[in-house]
Amino acid sequence: MSKQLQVEQKSKLTEDAALALGRAGFSRRSFVAGAGALIVNFSIGGMLQTAAAQEKPERKLRPGDGNSPGSPPWEVLDSWIAIGADGGVIAYAGKAEIGQGQWTVLTQLVAEELCVPFGRVKLIACDTALCPDQGITTGSTSSPTNFNQKNLAQAAATAREALEELASKQLDVPADQLVAIDGVISAKDNPSKKVGYGELVGGRKFEIKLNPKAKRRPASEWTVLGKPVPRPDLPAMVTGQFEFVHNVRLPGMLHGQVVRPPAVGATVVSVVEGSVEGMPGLVKVVVRKNFVGVVAEKPWQAIQAANKLKVTWSAGTGLPSHAEFYNYLRTQQPTRDTLLVDSKDVDEKLGQAVTTVKATYHYPNQMHGSMGSSCAVADVRGGKATLYSPTQGVWPMRSTSSMLLGLKPEDVHVIFKRGAGCYGLNGADSVTYDAALLSQAAGKPVRVQLSRKDEMAWGENYGFAFVIDEHAGLDRSGNIVAWNHESWSAVLGGRPGYANPGNVITGALAGFSPQPFQPRTAPDPEEYTNLANDVPSYVAGIVGGKAYGSGTVKSGRSLTHLIPSPLFTGPLRGPGRLQNTFAHESFMDELAARAKADPVEFRLRHLSDPRLVAVIKEAAGLANWQSRPSPKPKKNGTGVVTGRGFACIAYEGDNGWAAMAIDIEVNRDNGRVVVKRIFFSNDCGPISNPDGLLNQIEGGALQAMSRAMGEEVTWDKEKVTSVDWASYRTLPLGFTVPEIKVKSINRPDKNATGAGEIAVTTVAAAIGNAIFDATGVRIRQVPFTPERVKAALASPSRS
Amino acid sequence: MIGSPIFGTMSAIDLKVNGKIHSVDVDPATPLLYVLSDDLALNGPKFGCGLAQCGACTVLLNGKAVPSCILPVQSVEGAEITTLEGIGTIEKPHPLQQAFIEEQAAQCGFCVNGIVMTAKAFLDNNPKATEQELRLAMSGVLCRCFTHTRMMRAINRVREARIKEAAAK
Repeated sequence: MSKQLQVEQKSKLTEDAALALGRAGFSRRSFVAGAGALIVNFSIGGMLQTAAAQEKPERKLRPGDGNSPGSPPWEVLDSWIAIGADGGVIAYAGKAEIGQGQWTVLTQLVAEELCVPFGRVKLIACDTALCPDQGITTGSTSSPTNFNQKNLAQAAATAREALEELASKQLDVPADQLVAIDGVISAKDNPSKKVGYGELVGGRKFEIKLNPKAKRRPASEWTVLGKPVPRPDLPAMVTGQFEFVHNVRLPGMLHGQVVRPPAVGATVVSVVEGSVEGMPGLVKVVVRKNFVGVVAEKPWQAIQAANKLKVTWSAGTGLPSHAEFYNYLRTQQPTRDTLLVDSKDVDEKLGQAVTTVKATYHYPNQMHGSMGSSCAVADVRGGKATLYSPTQGVWPMRSTSSMLLGLKPEDVHVIFKRGAGCYGLNGADSVTYDAALLSQAAGKPVRVQLSRKDEMAWGENYGFAFVIDEHAGLDRSGNIVAWNHESWSAVLGGRPGYANPGNVITGALAGFSPQPFQPRTAPDPEEYTNLANDVPSYVAGIVGGKAYGSGTVKSGRSLTHLIPSPLFTGPLRGPGRLQNTFAHESFMDELAARAKADPVEFRLRHLSDPRLVAVIKEAAGLANWQSRPSPKPKKNGTGVVTGRGFACIAYEGDNGWAAMAIDIEVNRDNGRVVVKRIFFSNDCGPISNPDGLLNQIEGGALQAMSRAMGEEVTWDKEKVTSVDWASYRTLPLGFTVPEIKVKSINRPDKNATGAGEIAVTTVAAAIGNAIFDATGVRIRQVPFTPERVKAALASPSRS
Repeated sequence: MIGSPIFGTMSAIDLKVNGKIHSVDVDPATPLLYVLSDDLALNGPKFGCGLAQCGACTVLLNGKAVPSCILPVQSVEGAEITTLEGIGTIEKPHPLQQAFIEEQAAQCGFCVNGIVMTAKAFLDNNPKATEQELRLAMSGVLCRCFTHTRMMRAINRVREARIKEAAAK
């Protein structure tokens, strides 16, 4: 039995949770300063029971999720829904569309709860003049936020019930005798007795509060949700009519170009404005601390001037050797440590184990690498600012850009305009600051689009590099008796949140510090969080005598170390979750091989979470998985060999479940790996748009495949050297795309979970496991480039 | 839709875009892309990399797919330039555009211009292309959302339809 309590976030937020939230992309300040309460599940009863098996009525609201001062208040219905005299519905939301179809499903959600056709709902999202603050669009939280919590869904349900009540009075029919169809409420027994929404409330405010008890439409009665509603934005996109932020054109708009330092840590010594004097179209040279840029009439003129501007920079602060970076991660002191789980008997159990296995995994910094380099348009004049930005958080942007510009937050208006897909913290926030600073200095609207190099080397916050040690013991029957996990990764900056503009490059160049690094030794875990999937799925996750994990292995420890990063870092699809899953799922495969067990059967043997078990069985079924241990019986050492691999995840512990089987070919002569088939099963609760979900899964799987096969940020002694598509490899449209078969389990009776990142997390491990299956060689470092695979095949002991 | 007068070392250039002549007064070294997006306010061609590596800026130059981000505008004076806007509209989409809508072949949509224009030029010039040849032709364009499966399915639909049409004649 469980009951919900509302508690002040400060009193409940442990350091572990804080760290996990930091990993999830929230800055410390954002949740310390953030308003609102944290909803937690408070369980009563002393039975040792896995959390995953319990019914969880609500997902935790994360601090930083919004409702900041100045926002249309969440508890007021008019903050979310307006109905026009024509019966048209306007819905206001605070979650951005970043290419994943989120606005399509939010529109479906409102149409469903309000019983109107899809086309009658106009969604307006992410405009600080109109829309409620829903924090940052991140961490696979958009659907859970608006589908499960007291937000958009509850607002629409409240509106429908309010309309039914009004209709009841007007038609003199009891509310329970009424039915709402297509925006018209009529008496069930006399359809001629009817009234439309427009007539009832059109053009007026509701002036009521959200009713937390308003009845949501059950999934069994859905007519709009659950259907493969096509994306309404696509026709304009494919015909060149769609307006991205890149296409915002304001009267009198100028164009800016930034001049970034030549080396990490280099500072401005002098800027010779005369070096560009008289250049065609030049309007202004702008310097603010180490932020340098030019403004010109035309984009090409701005580029010319930026190239010519003479800036003297100090020497950089230097970068650690790229080749030795994993060793650097492991050896830096001091560190910031966190224990996610510690059963206190891991060393003892490992000592008693019949067999122990140890392995170390390496995952590199990777890029978001947006298709379009980031762009923003700013109009900062007369103490007021209007920012057209692809930011994932308009309200946080309003707050941090006001700090940057020295304006009051209420004088900054942020309007979200769609950018190229970002997959996390690309250059969107940085370029918004760039445009704002240049516009403020020029006193005119300024558009900035970063160059490809500036996007890749001086625009975005890279995905985290990790070193992960795994150590486990097996008993006589080959069952895991203890699992020790320890990781090292580096952080610098992150999402600016509401108070840290220095968390991204432009803010830092302009003089704001990134949030400080605070070393510490790890305190004992007080409550269980697994937001970054630090704890392997097979560990019971016992904290305070209760098991919260998805596995059966009672003896477990998960310890993480953070160090300051030499380069800016931030959330990139599946942050931490992907890196940890690469290690956990590769290692699980190594354990299965040691136990001479089938990898799928071995996983199932150590799991207690029925939803994870279900997706594993589905994926294995799709792949027609035949039970046998890996590797395949050995063949001759040349030519093309085939193999299969498996991996699974309970995303963030309880925000989606997925399993993947992969078939590959490995060319033993040149080390080339080709993924032939991907079989994937997931459970994200009720499926709100099956085609949108499939699109996310297909894209996520292939994107993760590109990351696993070739993507890595590189640098020399002073600067990043992966600065374009020649030096940062991505798989082009014409590569041999594997066949992808998907079985999504629909759970209409459950809460919605995230679905945008889950497919991403399983791919690297599944490919690594398939390489092992095909060749008997284990590769513990991403990316699996042909060079690395070939070298590993040549000397398996060093892999 | 004609470019505003500006200063500096400009020269008047006549560009034929989507069947219409536009007189623009620009630095003749300006890459075509900037003129299309800034002076002519077209949303189709996009700046992805500025290095002819990703395809986002692709336009048709006398029917051939070219990266407009590196082509000086003076070098294309007099040529037939076609952008994504020029091959179809929301009301009357080109078969490729129609196939992309039917297959829901996009996520963020930023790459769509490069993909559709590259595919159009290739299929127009190679009406009997095999799937393998098509794949090769698409190996210079990128999609970072990795909507590859749907996009290739959409393009293949059009390729197959054309082969069928040709066979029926």
